[in-house]
Amino acid sequence: MEIKLKINGINKEVTIKDGEYLQSALKRLGFLNVRKGCETGSCGLCTVLLNGKPTLSCSTLAVRGIGKEITTLEGESVEVAKFAEVLTDEGADQCGYCSPGFTLTVIAMKRELESPTIDEIKHYLTGNLCRCTGYMGQLRAVKKYMEVK
Amino acid sequence: MGYVGKGIKKIDGMGLIKGASSYTEDIALGHNYLTVKLLRSPHAFARIKNINTTIASKIEGIECILTYKDVTDKRFTLAGQSFPEPSPHDRRILGEYVRYVGDEVAIIAGTDEETVLKAMKLIKVDYEILEPVLDFEKAIDHKSIIHTEKPYTSFNYGNEHMRNIAAQDLLVEGDVEKELAKSDVVIEHSYHTQAQIHGMMENYIAVTYMDFQDRMNIISSTQIPFHVRRHVSKILDIPRSKIKVIKPRVGGGFGGKQTAPMEIYPALVTKVTGKPAKLVYNRKETHTCTTTRHEMKLTVKLGATKDGIINAVDIHGLSNTGAYGEHAWTVFSVVGQKTLPMYRAKARRFYGEVVYTNMTTAGAFRGYGATQGTFALESAVNELAKKLDMDSSVIREKNLVKQGEVNPTLNSFVGEKSIVLDSSTLDECITRGKEMIGWDKKYPMQKISPTKARGVGMAVTMQGSGIHGIDTASATLKLNDDGFYTLLVGVSDMGQGCDTVVAQMAAEILCVPVSKIIVNSTDTDVNPYDPGAYASSGTYVTGNAVIKAANLMVEKIVGGASKILNIPEEDIEFNGESLLLKDGKEISLDEIAYRLVAYEGQNQIITTGTWGGHTSPPPFIAGFAEVEVDLETGKVEMIDYAAVVDCGTVINPNLARIQVEGGVAQGIGLALFEDIKYDAKGKMISDTFMQYKIPSRCDVGEIRVEFKPSFEHTGPFGAKSIGEVVINTSAPAIADAVANATGVRVRTLPITPEKVLMGILNTKHSN
Ligand code: FES
Ligand code: FES
Repeated sequence: MEIKLKINGINKEVTIKDGEYLQSALKRLGFLNVRKGCETGSCGLCTVLLNGKPTLSCSTLAVRGIGKEITTLEGESVEVAKFAEVLTDEGADQCGYCSPGFTLTVIAMKRELESPTIDEIKHYLTGNLCRCTGYMGQLRAVKKYMEVK
Repeated sequence: MGYVGKGIKKIDGMGLIKGASSYTEDIALGHNYLTVKLLRSPHAFARIKNINTTIASKIEGIECILTYKDVTDKRFTLAGQSFPEPSPHDRRILGEYVRYVGDEVAIIAGTDEETVLKAMKLIKVDYEILEPVLDFEKAIDHKSIIHTEKPYTSFNYGNEHMRNIAAQDLLVEGDVEKELAKSDVVIEHSYHTQAQIHGMMENYIAVTYMDFQDRMNIISSTQIPFHVRRHVSKILDIPRSKIKVIKPRVGGGFGGKQTAPMEIYPALVTKVTGKPAKLVYNRKETHTCTTTRHEMKLTVKLGATKDGIINAVDIHGLSNTGAYGEHAWTVFSVVGQKTLPMYRAKARRFYGEVVYTNMTTAGAFRGYGATQGTFALESAVNELAKKLDMDSSVIREKNLVKQGEVNPTLNSFVGEKSIVLDSSTLDECITRGKEMIGWDKKYPMQKISPTKARGVGMAVTMQGSGIHGIDTASATLKLNDDGFYTLLVGVSDMGQGCDTVVAQMAAEILCVPVSKIIVNSTDTDVNPYDPGAYASSGTYVTGNAVIKAANLMVEKIVGGASKILNIPEEDIEFNGESLLLKDGKEISLDEIAYRLVAYEGQNQIITTGTWGGHTSPPPFIAGFAEVEVDLETGKVEMIDYAAVVDCGTVINPNLARIQVEGGVAQGIGLALFEDIKYDAKGKMISDTFMQYKIPSRCDVGEIRVEFKPSFEHTGPFGAKSIGEVVINTSAPAIADAVANATGVRVRTLPITPEKVLMGILNTKHSN
């Protein structure tokens, strides 16, 4: 099926298979860092932004992207670089496999929450699993990035 | 210069976070790979009576379907260990018998996923179903024998396959029975540690193709590229010189990728068809058809005087290796090796068996037996303290092995001579940990409300640094024509940051910023041999090799300059950036590097250091947990975890800290949530992250980390390892905290609300 998707501000004609999920469609289009960790909507690795909202692309049909702004890591390069600086400063990056989905969620959170508490931050990010870091360093980095005390 | 001891950024961090193409899946593009999938057994134990692939093979786009009739009957192990592997050779590529739900039955390769799945459905298999062994405590002398054929073992570690015993171990020092008989107090309890899933975020993946030199190229997300080369060569009969293994960035391993559970299948497809092939495990296969932590039951007997001096430690173990014996004996022996040296007892013993069952195979997992052993021993020590009505930190003060003491079990092997503990600040770690958690105020518990209680608990542990007498790594440094260095190592960074740490060490000696050192750890053709990233060997073993190579480099630069410039070496001083000559002249490294490689010098400097250790110095950690228990539901909530670590010199405090936080969190998972469940027929049902719960960021509470550095004389800049030791204390410290809060001692992991609540209700009833 031919559909039109707007990805990182650019309109694309995309051929998708019946019942194809957004994650696999984006990957086929070359957005390699839209990763997959679980196939059950439980890890958050595949997160992209749909109209600015973090969305699990592994469990969102590609057709649901029609008429929406789809943003991957490439579409947020300025904010991604800023966040990458604080995260690496903290040493809070290990294997990096969870980073793209996590980073996009953090960026969306910064726009959505005004002076959040630590609990609100944790709650917002709770769907983004990371098996390497133990989360503490990520939280330190997020606090710096959000300028939260 | 000060690169060691600095929290330098991970050299690959920015790239990874920005999403650069770097993992196996990202770089394995461009070839027209065949999709490979494996048909798997639906039965826990069965014999294939007949298998018919005729119809399936006719599907358009199917390139090959292989069954046990088409492959060699050679047997092997997939454990990533130095040759000769101390794991039983009890596997085949495909066999007539299937030994767990998920065991491989056929390899199918075709143009795309749909085609392959269609063919898979059309393969007809006729099974003779056998009675499976699903309870590891009933495995020995069960009427079902899982391996009737004698496996090859590289030496005798007690494999008695006809009794379902994969390995046995005995480590003994002194007369245990006598010391127990003399003791005022003897306690005996059994502890059960569950199998655990590694749960790294990147699933297993490998791709293979023949290159322009007709060599088998394997790109794999692995911790052990050199062992993979050897496995594939031996199993598929390809000369090692014809195999190249490429290891891209790895999305987490934790020991899972120290076994090579899948590379042989696409490699075989490529060998048979000549075409590129790709095998990707989905999350289900990653959980079910690779390896887990060994489930164990450990019975600990402790004998002590009434003042709390431990006379004897006696541990009997039973370990479940599942269908195959990957790492069966080595993991098991580490249980004893890393527990017996902890306490200064007159007699100590560890013995027991590793058994085969019809369950998912167990293998290497961060902590490698020390985790299981620590849960049992530390829980027992905490119970002994209770029995003696003693603060559990005090009993440790009285008994723990100290720096400078000679310890007979520290060298891991019976019969070798005792060695001195060169470095330990464990006593200081305990003191500091107590302060951090507020031990003296909070021990053992505080009642928060009529329905909530808080408890604190502790545990200590050790690990090793590399495998002494076995692990040997090399590092090669190259001074490039533009005055920067390439550092070639064979160790695998799967996120822990060893590429950065070795760069820091080289930078320290070469007196240049880390950015002037390019680390390459990608490919078995280029990089010098290294057994791989396991046994906590990166910093310690590979680090030592890097130091040798770097020192040699400095020597050779001065020597090379002396030749070109015709000045005696004594008159040249090298400060990293340039050479200062006695006459006041200065020549930059860039210039000398260029002149050395060029016609003038004809001397590109490449140095190599190789290192292997005679000891495996233990890092230590003291872990303190504070939990809150809901007395009405049994739910345990993590409040605080304080970890104080002695890993010798801390080479990179930021990365070390994250290692500790990550390890503690993984240990919290083991303690409270992670549980593999099987149905009655032996099918794993917790095969996704929906059923198998790893901790999320709301489950771990606060984790706080500090270091109490010691100086290890055999270590690089005084360093020891850190990767594994950090996972071991969480479970026993949390179990103790729960016991202190509620009076309920849970000896079977994970500590679920049901177990705590049942314990609370039972105590109420019996009162
Ligand atoms: S892959 Fe989408 S949530 Fe895990
Ligand atoms: S850094 Fe490895 S999963 Fe998060």
